[in-house]
Amino acid sequence: MPKDGGIGASTTRREDVRFLTGKGKYTADINAFGQVSAIFVRSTVANGVIKSIDTSAAESMPGVLAVFTGEDFADVGGNPAGWLINSRDGEPMKEPKRPVLAHGKVRHVGDAYAAVIAETEQQARDAAEEIIADIEELPAIVDMAAALAGDSYVHDEIETNQCFDWGWIEDNRAATDEAIKNAPHVTTLELINNRLVPNAMEPRASIGTYDAAGDSYLLQTTSQNPHLTRLLISAFVMGIPENKLTVIAPDVGGGFGSKIYHYGEEALVLAAAKKVGRPVKWVADRSESFLSDAHGRDHVTKIELACEKDGTFIAFRTETLANVGAYLSNFSTATPTFLHGTLMAGNYTVPNVYVNLKAVFTNTAPVDAYRGAGRPEATYSIERVIDMAARELGMDPIEIRRKNFIKPDQFPFASAAGLEYDSGNYDALMDKMEAMVDRKAFEERRKASEAKGMLRGLGINAYVEACGIAPSNLVGVLGSRVGLYDAATVRVNATGNLSVMVGAHSHGQGHETVFPQIVGDMLGIDPASVDIVHGDTSKIPFGMGTYGSRSLAVCGSAVVRATEKIIAKAKKIAAHMLEASADDLDFTDGQFAVKGTDKSVSFGEVALKAYIPHNYPLEDIEPGLEETAFYDPANFTYPSGAYACEVEVDPETGKVTVERFTACDDFGNVMNPMIVSGQVHGGVVQGIGQALLENTTYDENGQLLSASYMDYVMPRADDLPFIAVDHADGTPCTHNPLGAKGCGEGGAIGSPPTVVNAVIDALQSGGKNVTHIDMPLTPARVWAAMNNA
Amino acid sequence: MYAFEIERPSTIADAVKALKDEDAQALGGGQTLIPTLKARLAMPSALVSLSGIGEMQGVCIGDDGAVCVGGATNHATVAKETASSFPGLSGLAGNIGDPAVRNRGTVGGSLANNDPSACYPAAALGSGATIITNAREIAADDYFQGMFETALDEGEVITEVRFPVPEKSHYEKFVQPASRFALVGVFVAKYADGVRVAVTGASENGVFRWSEAEAALSTDFSASALDGLSVSADGMIADLHGSSEYRAHLVKVMTGRAVTAAS
Repeated sequence: MPKDGGIGASTTRREDVRFLTGKGKYTADINAFGQVSAIFVRSTVANGVIKSIDTSAAESMPGVLAVFTGEDFADVGGNPAGWLINSRDGEPMKEPKRPVLAHGKVRHVGDAYAAVIAETEQQARDAAEEIIADIEELPAIVDMAAALAGDSYVHDEIETNQCFDWGWIEDNRAATDEAIKNAPHVTTLELINNRLVPNAMEPRASIGTYDAAGDSYLLQTTSQNPHLTRLLISAFVMGIPENKLTVIAPDVGGGFGSKIYHYGEEALVLAAAKKVGRPVKWVADRSESFLSDAHGRDHVTKIELACEKDGTFIAFRTETLANVGAYLSNFSTATPTFLHGTLMAGNYTVPNVYVNLKAVFTNTAPVDAYRGAGRPEATYSIERVIDMAARELGMDPIEIRRKNFIKPDQFPFASAAGLEYDSGNYDALMDKMEAMVDRKAFEERRKASEAKGMLRGLGINAYVEACGIAPSNLVGVLGSRVGLYDAATVRVNATGNLSVMVGAHSHGQGHETVFPQIVGDMLGIDPASVDIVHGDTSKIPFGMGTYGSRSLAVCGSAVVRATEKIIAKAKKIAAHMLEASADDLDFTDGQFAVKGTDKSVSFGEVALKAYIPHNYPLEDIEPGLEETAFYDPANFTYPSGAYACEVEVDPETGKVTVERFTACDDFGNVMNPMIVSGQVHGGVVQGIGQALLENTTYDENGQLLSASYMDYVMPRADDLPFIAVDHADGTPCTHNPLGAKGCGEGGAIGSPPTVVNAVIDALQSGGKNVTHIDMPLTPARVWAAMNNA
Repeated sequence: MYAFEIERPSTIADAVKALKDEDAQALGGGQTLIPTLKARLAMPSALVSLSGIGEMQGVCIGDDGAVCVGGATNHATVAKETASSFPGLSGLAGNIGDPAVRNRGTVGGSLANNDPSACYPAAALGSGATIITNAREIAADDYFQGMFETALDEGEVITEVRFPVPEKSHYEKFVQPASRFALVGVFVAKYADGVRVAVTGASENGVFRWSEAEAALSTDFSASALDGLSVSADGMIADLHGSSEYRAHLVKVMTGRAVTAAS
């Protein structure tokens, strides 16, 4: 049993007190003294040459302090891609400059080409309308295949729309081709992984402040990783030394990946603050979010599964076009490659895997990591084609998966896609899921649905993913331009309470609750006496932030390491206080005790001694009690899951209703089961949204048709079932001190194919010859599929 | 939003007078107009709020038995006040948008805007309602003139809507999943002298009566009476959420379900 509030306890989230009472402090809630407002002028065409921009009328409008265009940033650096991907022929990827403001050309609807700084937002908006831009519209490059075939380019200087042509693993290509050629059965599926708009509840916002006396800058911004943002601005875009730039990400209302990245608006408010000598604030409206936040997914894939007649897998081979949009966002080249191709062996012992992926520039918003980031795309392709193969072979969808699962005694397992899975038990997850679903009673439920005139389907899925990113040495080999460790400083204050400064950033994850659970558990003290400090580069050690389900596995491990250092030092101090050897001390429940005696001192007494070092061995031990640890993981963590979904389909309208959803996950050791359940719920909801609802659509002119909530369908409570989750009894991660695997993305990775498999099962049960429908499975699409079949 | 003046008249006469100003615009519940202003897509010099006009509020039963709804009455009030007198109308009003929308949006605002996907036009046309303005009475059959087009003149205000009460009625809505407006909504009402069927959400010309279904249902008020009928996809809306063929198909499905559910 977990200790009160320690590791494994479902402690309620302390941060919710402020979030649920309206006391959260978000960037838009901050009003700096003397602040002025920035408004961006964004392209209404997808592709165009900027002939001229006349700002004179705007500059003379009331309250206007400055107007910026791309020309003002021509000499500063571009916003870089964080991963260098090489094409199959060894050529490095194409990296056209991504400027602060569009310069020369606008490349997507929403591409900002000017900004107005005025005393008030209203004045800035009025002046923005007076900017006269002569933009010669060019035909939009929207469709990826057409982009590759055509002779007009999003970036003229690279003379192609192909960013790279990547093979994984290129050395396995011939063997995989050969295996597929000779296979007794090959199932082929062409599918689309639909583009998603992240839609964090809080839109992006930034406030830039410049202090002329110190020649220093402050950026308050909606970021998942303030240190990374500072590094990008300092080292690449603006050249401000890190010691002259503080980045603070206060409360952040959701990110889902979209707030990992540095955006031009952040650089603009800093430059503007210096120019006008006042703090400059920008808050995106929802329309700007739709048009300018980095989107997610957007793959077009052909996947082949070769297998024996008995369902034994021989090979997976995929060809994918991945949309990167108009510019390379910071993680955009890693997401479709090393977060996608490396997972293409799934949970299976399949011996041959080959992935070919071409990244394509188009006149659309940049596409980057969105909850799951590459792994949902891999899982969707694999698990859809497996379902189709099972149907073709007349096999049960669970049986075919079990037949190919990596077995518990095979771990650590080197997958055919190049990763070493450290632990897992996929059969146990499937056992648990089957029991929770009560599959035997499914036929009864199907009959009950049919009696109402509805079709009922059961969808099955298994997933494994790689998260807790990431081992720096490995990702360095794979093209990463940064390290992916994290860091924590544990500061024991004089009276025994603690401040823990972490590199991870909480924007909904519950760090303020869970990290104290770990520290409190290790020190045998009340977690309520531990507070987390995060989000401020002037206070926290250099950590890489929160994404890729890394906070606990990487930063949590740094917290453990720093706390271990605290215990080691405290033990020395205690030994002095007890006039004993440190080796003779036990540390349990917050007490240092001399073995075999009743002599002891509490952790609090030791802390006080460290800060009031009277009668203290200063020649041997420094005063104070504060330790920092950087933690770089030895491997990814590999959470896995077995999911099931039951749907009803209305055969008259095509409407799909999710009736039941079951998620059995292996997240290794779980620190706070309640928070983990919440993560699964949220991920599953986003996955159901992708599968059934979210329909990002650009027309042939590059206009985003689904650019508001009147057309973009976010999942709502009445779209969703009760979600049954279980994540007990996981197989611990073998290489981090907590034994924990990341839990933030599994739900979004595992759920889309589960839902689609269920819909296909329902349609097949109703005698409809439908084998695949592309997401989102809207009523209209399902109806069309039923009636064209 | 651009700056504008706001007028809050307390009588219909004052509202009509205020609306004589060029570029003045009537404000009902603001469920369409306010988002439009926020997006800077409209630039009225003044908004004339109708919500403070007592004589345009509330629901009563007229001498002829019709349900009379003040033009500035919100949907939640209509849903509550007509629950026993006109369940079909009450059900329609109670399923518009969400509680926030239903407590702000008004029947007059909805009918004056005549959004092709709004619910109220189906109720008005489907029950043969009379639209009463500050100047005249307009039969529903003459009122709806196409997408966002009505018989209203500039500055004319809907003060009241009179809905004849049917023997049976029901509104069946298949929602557009994002906006929750009607992708297709069908109001069916059975009167002593025949059945009316009004369809919203489907047509590029806005709400319309499906006369073939009316004829069939007037003879046999059951879903099976629709067997063999079909709706042409010509002129139906096609967008992200459904093709014209899909909408035409849904018209029949929703009509059948409305008939079955009518009470």
